[in-house]
Amino acid sequence: MNVLYLVSMIGYIVLAPIFGLVLAGLDRKVSARMQRRVGPPVVQPYYDVRKLMEKDQVTVNKVQDFYVFCFLLFIVITGCIFFAGGDLLLVVFTLTLANVFLVLAAYSSNSPYSQVGAERELYQMMAYEPMVLLTMIGFYLAVGSFNVSDILNGDKMPIVTMVGIFVGFLFILTIKFRKSPFDLSMSHHAHQDIVKGVTTEFSGRTLAYVEIAHWYENIMLLGIVFLFFCNGTWWGYVIGVVVAAVSFFLETFIDNSFARMKWQVALKSSWVVSILFGLINVALLIWVF
Amino acid sequence: MSYSTKSPWIIHYDGSSCNGCDIEVLACLTPMYDLERFGIVNTGNPKHADILLITGSINEQNRDVVKQIYEQMPEPKVVVAIGICATSGGVFKKCYNILGGVDKVIPVDIYVPGCAARPEAIIDGVVKALRILEEKSKALHNKGGKVQ
Amino acid sequence: MYSVFFLLLFPALMAVLLLLVKNDKLRGVIVISGAIVIMAASVYVALEFLKDGTTYFNFESEMLDWFMLAVELILCAAVIYLGMKYKKYLASILSLVQAVFLVWFEITYAHEINVLNNLYIDQFSIIMILIIGVIGSLICIYSLGYMRDFQEHHVSEKDRRPWFFFLMFIFLSAMFGIVTSNNLMWFFFFWEVTTLCSFALIGFTKTEEAVKNSFKQIILNLVGGIALILAIIVLGTQYDVMEFDVLLRMDSNAMYVMLAVGLFSIAGITKAALMPFHSWLLGAMVAPTPTSALLHSSTMVKAGVFLILKLSPMYGNNVVGYMVMCIGGLTFLLASMAAISQSNAKRVLAYSTIANLGLIAACGAVGTYEALWAGMMILIFHAVTKSMLFLCVGTAEHHIGSRDIEDMDGLFSRMPKLSALMIIGISGMFLAPFGMLISKWAAMISFVNSENLVLITCICFGSAVTIFYWGKWLGKMVAVVANSKDVEESVHKEEWVVLGLLATLVIAICFSFPFISSEILSPYLLSVFGQPVNPIFATFGIAYVCVLLGMLALLVVVPIPFFNKTKKKVRNNYMCGVNNGDNQSYSGSMGMSVNVSMRNWYMEDWFGEDRINKIGLVLTTAIIIVAFVLILGGVTS
Repeated sequence: MNVLYLVSMIGYIVLAPIFGLVLAGLDRKVSARMQRRVGPPVVQPYYDVRKLMEKDQVTVNKVQDFYVFCFLLFIVITGCIFFAGGDLLLVVFTLTLANVFLVLAAYSSNSPYSQVGAERELYQMMAYEPMVLLTMIGFYLAVGSFNVSDILNGDKMPIVTMVGIFVGFLFILTIKFRKSPFDLSMSHHAHQDIVKGVTTEFSGRTLAYVEIAHWYENIMLLGIVFLFFCNGTWWGYVIGVVVAAVSFFLETFIDNSFARMKWQVALKSSWVVSILFGLINVALLIWVF
Repeated sequence: MSYSTKSPWIIHYDGSSCNGCDIEVLACLTPMYDLERFGIVNTGNPKHADILLITGSINEQNRDVVKQIYEQMPEPKVVVAIGICATSGGVFKKCYNILGGVDKVIPVDIYVPGCAARPEAIIDGVVKALRILEEKSKALHNKGGKVQ
Repeated sequence: MYSVFFLLLFPALMAVLLLLVKNDKLRGVIVISGAIVIMAASVYVALEFLKDGTTYFNFESEMLDWFMLAVELILCAAVIYLGMKYKKYLASILSLVQAVFLVWFEITYAHEINVLNNLYIDQFSIIMILIIGVIGSLICIYSLGYMRDFQEHHVSEKDRRPWFFFLMFIFLSAMFGIVTSNNLMWFFFFWEVTTLCSFALIGFTKTEEAVKNSFKQIILNLVGGIALILAIIVLGTQYDVMEFDVLLRMDSNAMYVMLAVGLFSIAGITKAALMPFHSWLLGAMVAPTPTSALLHSSTMVKAGVFLILKLSPMYGNNVVGYMVMCIGGLTFLLASMAAISQSNAKRVLAYSTIANLGLIAACGAVGTYEALWAGMMILIFHAVTKSMLFLCVGTAEHHIGSRDIEDMDGLFSRMPKLSALMIIGISGMFLAPFGMLISKWAAMISFVNSENLVLITCICFGSAVTIFYWGKWLGKMVAVVANSKDVEESVHKEEWVVLGLLATLVIAICFSFPFISSEILSPYLLSVFGQPVNPIFATFGIAYVCVLLGMLALLVVVPIPFFNKTKKKVRNNYMCGVNNGDNQSYSGSMGMSVNVSMRNWYMEDWFGEDRINKIGLVLTTAIIIVAFVLILGGVTS
């Protein structure tokens, strides 16, 4: 691991929350504009988190904070591995671990709304996991390595042979970003059916941690989108950043133009997409390219 | 300055309102009035909320519910009673099952009378509540000996 | 050499002794001391032969061969008799067929084939010996407390504990035999003994269900046994070969070799309870829990995959290779799916065991050194973790009166120590820094490298499903329920010691896996494939090992500052403002108090057992038929 990767890892730890919060703010701003509203200031997520930090510390049991802290910790570790040019499968597995901690935090409160949220969160994990794994396998077959550093410096753009996988990945990104139509377990708007789902019993600082973890996670996920366009040249990187930004706003667009679907649709559709786009693309990578 | 006033999250509880005031509360969140400009989000969850908006008067059935929701909100928190029923019981005041306004069970910070209260009045009430929220926030942290 | 004989004979001796002892105290002393001796002996054997690599023992005895034949015929006769008695004629017929094949082969060919080495020991056998010796003995000790409770729960019945312990110890002997026999006839003998032990232990309670399930087990395993004897007959009659090491050096593309390997695979598949033969393992869950831990998760079913991993160099891109790969992969995927629909903890564990065995078999069938590495690693981690989980469920069952996951609501508050152990076990099965995941990771890489689309599909979707069913169980465990009564005090001391040791083992193996890999697996892989690469460092790199171990260390350290120390105010759950104050009930309409109960999600419509099993049965049976038609038709690659 050379110095460059160490720098980018530290850069991630410092900058990801800043970019993450600006993206989250822009997301709300753009949504507001799409609804012909003025909307909150772009730094609104920052105010929210600062306010949550100031709130009186209340909890429902003594172990919840531990799980939520681990959630944040392992999300950051996931991103660090990714930005340090690490192994993509390790990234996926660490991300899974982090998400399981969030689920456990929700379960531990033993509250009906949290539990429904937690089960739905697990269900969503089951829905998107195959496509995430297939994406990583696709990178390996296209570039010949699971290492982010090798993919960054590869000599051809992975997207050229991975269009199907890219589409599939964008699809599950909707679930990962917790956007409608698949914001089943928790969302920024869902205050009607299961209160706040997973986060129902979190308050104050604990909730702030969850929020910050999402900023880190979103940046990491956009990093994977970026990876599709790396070919070792500067213009490849520029395309990557632009497409990552565009895909984020595409998700905002989808969020605002779809109603929430029935829970059955999440698994069925994402598995169908995984097979149709992911698996067929992997098959092509094995046999054709 | 406290960040509470920059991101006040609300929870809205309907006591025994005729729904007139409720509709007006929700109207505030629509694009027409766009309360999100001020960072206001309707959370529907006391554990996340800073401001409790109550419409309608208190009766035997919802007395404990209002109390519990209020207790579950973490400090600092303010209560806004919306509509004449919530402020004093209104026309139902003498009913056999009505205890009166919200202040019979929990401390109320801002009263927004009206039947139904107009959105402008509600927004005005919430903005006034923010000032109280800030004071409470300061008091909380000075008491605890640390200011964040 | 004598140390190996000691391992084979000592447990059998203890078994006979235990059959005669009726006193509970004395039995305790014998079991504990015997178990410690077996443990020590297996560690001694491991240390003795680890340096030497593969060692063969040239030992011959005509007498012994006749003795084995006699025992086998007696066992066959017993099965035939029991089959008649319980009107399960299929078992009798299969047993008869097996006996006929056996006697015919023994008389006509077997004695003319010159067997050079009857016993051997290599690094893989050492791993198996350690698993059997250490985990097996621990489970035997655990059984003492468990069977005491068991007897109390079944007071009206006759105390048949001597018989129970007899079977457990005989089983250990036989398992040691399986992993050290180079002579295929010996291998077959020990194989049959384990089948019979399992049969007797499943039927231990003699209830109607137990009898039914034990016959299901014996019938399916007799099919495997017949496949095994047929494989030996094919090898013996065509090539005059009756030794493992010679078999492994043969060219697997020759038709009869491939046929033999295919038959061996069928034997392995039945023993390892892969689809389509997996139903016996589910039925086996009626047996007392230590049996499930020992026979049906950590050792006996491992004998099936041991055989497949052993034959790994014979597989690869040929018909049998594809057959076992597809069956293993599909079993992994479908059994994981079926596990979602189960609420009975033991059945979830059983399905998870079937799934993991499928994965191991698939790894073996890929036939590359990376895949074999992954398979052996899964085997090790699975044996330790799953046996611990079974024992935890057994203890929980005796104290909360149920083995249903739904009744484990808030077990963390009722049995804190036991739940902590269970959480370690469950996390060990599917979460990142633990061993199972490391080996699954290696398996994934090797599947991608072998470019097998079926396996890639199965592992991607299977892993996703695995997260779901473990996650929801874990969630049930960690829920904190206020005011629950602690029921942990009555757990026997033996049980705590064993569970604690197993949990330590789970974590210790995670930390020491680079060592296991470089000291035990690499030399073995080198001797099998001739490739001097340590795949763990080739595929992961040292940095990742450090990251993983770091994460593991973090998971041990991070909980400490959080342990019971929060200064936060504790408030009640949100229940729309009508929480009664205990988080257990709310006030419903007309002020009635309504209890809250939360249930997991089983998705019966999608992942219902019947549906999944039907799909699995059809697919895997078709694969086997196609594969054998191809082999007999002369197509081999």
